Amino acid sequence: MSAPLTSLDRPNSYIGRSVPRPNAKRLLAGRGRYISDLRLPRMLYAAFLRSPHAHAKIVSINADEARTLEGVHLVAIGTDLAKICTPWIGTLDHFKGMTSAPQLPLPLDRVVWAGQAVVAVVAESRAIAEDALELIEVDYEDLPVVVDIDSARDAGGPVINPGSANNTCFRALLDNGTVDHAFAHAAHVVEEEFSFGRHTAVTLEPRAIVADYDPAAGALTVHHATQTPYQFQDLYSRHYGIPEARVRVIATDIGGSFGMKLHVYHEDMAVVGLSILLGRPVKYVADRIESFVSDIHARDHRVHARMALDAKGEILAMDVLDLTAIGAFSTYPRTSVVEGNQVIRLMGAPYRFKNYRATLEVIFQNKVQTSQYRAVGHPIACAVTERLVDMAAAKVGLDPFAIRAQNVIADDAYPQTSPTGYRFEALSHQACLKRLHEMMDYDALRAEQADLRKRGVYRGIGIAAFVEITNPSPAFYGVGGARISSQDGAILSLTPSGEVRCLISVTEQGQGTEAIISQIVADQLGIAQEHVKIITGDTEVTPHGGATWACRGAGIGGETALRATRVLKRNILEIAALILQERPSALDIVNGEVVDAGTRNQRMPISEIARIAYFRSDTLPPGTQAQLTVSHHFAPQGYPFAFTNGIQGCSLEVDVETGFIKLLKHFIVEDCGRVINPMLVDEQLRGGIVQGLGAALFEECRYSETGQLVNGSLAEYLVPMPMEMPDIVIAHVETPTADTVLGAKGVGEAGTAAASACVLNAVNDALSPFDATINSIPITPTKVLKTLKRF
Amino acid sequence: MSGFDETKLDDADETVRVRFVVNGRKVACEVAPRETLVDCLRNTLELTGTHAGCEMGACGACLVQLDGRAVHSCLMFAVQADGANISTIEGLTESGVIADLQAEFHRRNALQCGFCTPGMLVNAQELLSQVAQPSRGEIRDALSGNYCRCTGYEAIVDAIDAVAKARSEGGGTT
Repeated sequence: MSAPLTSLDRPNSYIGRSVPRPNAKRLLAGRGRYISDLRLPRMLYAAFLRSPHAHAKIVSINADEARTLEGVHLVAIGTDLAKICTPWIGTLDHFKGMTSAPQLPLPLDRVVWAGQAVVAVVAESRAIAEDALELIEVDYEDLPVVVDIDSARDAGGPVINPGSANNTCFRALLDNGTVDHAFAHAAHVVEEEFSFGRHTAVTLEPRAIVADYDPAAGALTVHHATQTPYQFQDLYSRHYGIPEARVRVIATDIGGSFGMKLHVYHEDMAVVGLSILLGRPVKYVADRIESFVSDIHARDHRVHARMALDAKGEILAMDVLDLTAIGAFSTYPRTSVVEGNQVIRLMGAPYRFKNYRATLEVIFQNKVQTSQYRAVGHPIACAVTERLVDMAAAKVGLDPFAIRAQNVIADDAYPQTSPTGYRFEALSHQACLKRLHEMMDYDALRAEQADLRKRGVYRGIGIAAFVEITNPSPAFYGVGGARISSQDGAILSLTPSGEVRCLISVTEQGQGTEAIISQIVADQLGIAQEHVKIITGDTEVTPHGGATWACRGAGIGGETALRATRVLKRNILEIAALILQERPSALDIVNGEVVDAGTRNQRMPISEIARIAYFRSDTLPPGTQAQLTVSHHFAPQGYPFAFTNGIQGCSLEVDVETGFIKLLKHFIVEDCGRVINPMLVDEQLRGGIVQGLGAALFEECRYSETGQLVNGSLAEYLVPMPMEMPDIVIAHVETPTADTVLGAKGVGEAGTAAASACVLNAVNDALSPFDATINSIPITPTKVLKTLKRF
Repeated sequence: MSGFDETKLDDADETVRVRFVVNGRKVACEVAPRETLVDCLRNTLELTGTHAGCEMGACGACLVQLDGRAVHSCLMFAVQADGANISTIEGLTESGVIADLQAEFHRRNALQCGFCTPGMLVNAQELLSQVAQPSRGEIRDALSGNYCRCTGYEAIVDAIDAVAKARSEGGGTT
């Protein structure tokens, strides 16, 4: 490269360097410590009897026989837990007019989805608890079931929540510019109805929790496989009336989360109550079937959208209606309307147009709740926008790259405010688009496609530009009244032997949080990474913070670590300056040694400063109090979100005889600002893309007309497996945010955001010779054959 | 009230003594007939490196080596494994036979949450013991029963590919 030296040539330069995760070695040796592995003394096991009905009145519950079974310690029903747990309501104040019924760990008189936990049994083993479930009789009286969007919206149809006028949870309207005028005067209008099935996170480790209430101490410890221990500390404290300081939540290793494990689940709340009732540790691990019927699902949207363009293909306006069905309740405490809200606000995000109108309608139905799962709302907004752009390109006679190049917001035109209300600091659509074109060897792919078509082979090429929301400020949840922090905290200590301990509120789910935090600390202090120990996931020891979600670990957690480290470094150098009789500014730290800032000559190791400060403070000048532990909090300011952007491309082949789709190659150019660990960023992108590809082709929670989930196992619910997935080619553009010193933004959702849009466009491209289109996800072989009129 | 058959629970309470060699050591334990091998390994023997993901042989998280071959420990009852020689991730780690795979997975970050990883390693070792130099397609096929939600698989395929090449060139591991 042209520059003689980069910042990576400095000693201890870890920001921007691909280093393996120190904590991954344990996992490779089978020494992970997952909550599902945990066994405590006197621990009991919970199992739940679940509703076989999607909507029914509970007439009676007879658990007498179960109670007498040897090994059973407790059988609890709704009223038992309602005595000690206050109800929760999944609404946020800033979603005006939003409603949702109060929820309790177990229902009192009515079930609202098939699979809802009704009775809890606690026994000496899970097997005994399950034996006892078989002895419980529940008498139900069927109520009318609402399972699809249309019947939920029927005026005069069944209403899920008694006392409500209809099944509407929330409605929102955005209207900016002059939409009707734009459509009336447009040269081209494209319009389509899209549907997006339900899918779910399918973490390989199901939800797991061990609640351990000590009545003598009045203290609750919950070992909880969650992303957000502080949020749960607050919730357990408030709903069970235990002082916050006596509630400890520990999140150790966690077998995947992806947003799914940061919601309140009825079983989890119940397990806490069961432990309180028994005064003993109670463990619950969902089995796979329970996961499918009780983990949050995601998506479930029907979108009607149209786009207006001028004669040259300039986008003038978009008009969108998003109907989304969320289950019988809105999820607590983050609600089930954030996804829809982000759908209508991310529409058209890469493009320069002024006129936008959207209606969001969030609807109750008798299914398990939907809520935030990786890339909340993004895949919907991206697929709708990008498909309309492709349809427009075909109508105007432009190549998909050309119409995007013409319409994306120019890289030098920032800051910008979108017609949906988002403020973009700086994005790089033009650079990404150009890079993708080169990386895909687009012209060669098109030539190959044309050749193969002559031989009856139908390949498709699709691209999809996206904008991702990361680093959320209090505008996300705090303003709505949720006690979910947007700030993070770190406590950093120089240990007596000159190493560094960092306790930080962001958490690890395998994405490499601890690795990147140790990289930042080592880099900023000037020591080797192996001398930095990171501790996360325990409310008793780490400071309060938002933890890891919405791609905030690197951008907010990383900035917190950076600033804390700079304070610690200043404190270390102040002591060093006293000892060396220098000005602090004349000194620096390199490789664990205090050096002359100018010459880099070594003066003394920081371990010596630690030794003197901790053990020989008598040798320091009178009045000196060394502060070798610092705490620091950082809350994002400036832009309410750090938006990122990128573009994906893919090449695939559609077998028009069978409807099967073979993914050939996937591409992404992504801009997440400052890259801290390129290898980990690439792995986030790959994992995210594959989740998006699963959604595109395979994953769907399918329900019967009576509201039964009919494919709730890993044999019937299709997830992406290795032989179906393509290799993924990755490139980066780096546009750091100026809101932080570090400049990092998030990257966890970028892959998922556009992968399904990309596939949707590629499949439609492949089908173009047949005058057949698909606008429904997942794109199953059946849908392909149906549109080809071969099924 | 359905008539509750008392004898049913008596049966479930009965245990059977089984003996196996687990990670090179002779082990005897009392198991219920309905107890699966994965539950016996994880609960009775405290070998928690083997994971239960789907409990129906679809995800590969529970793979162990049984008499030298990769087997789903969730699809076997513990009593069926009586007399078998079993290696779990803990034993494979201690013996060093998969140290090269583990190092390559680490170097390439071919894992995130790590829950699928022990099963992936058992299956990778199985593949490489059957096929010296599998193609990338063969590696992907061989892993078709190992579900990973985090990585997107490519780094796993890369890691196994690299170890296959190194083993072929270097004459295997120590």
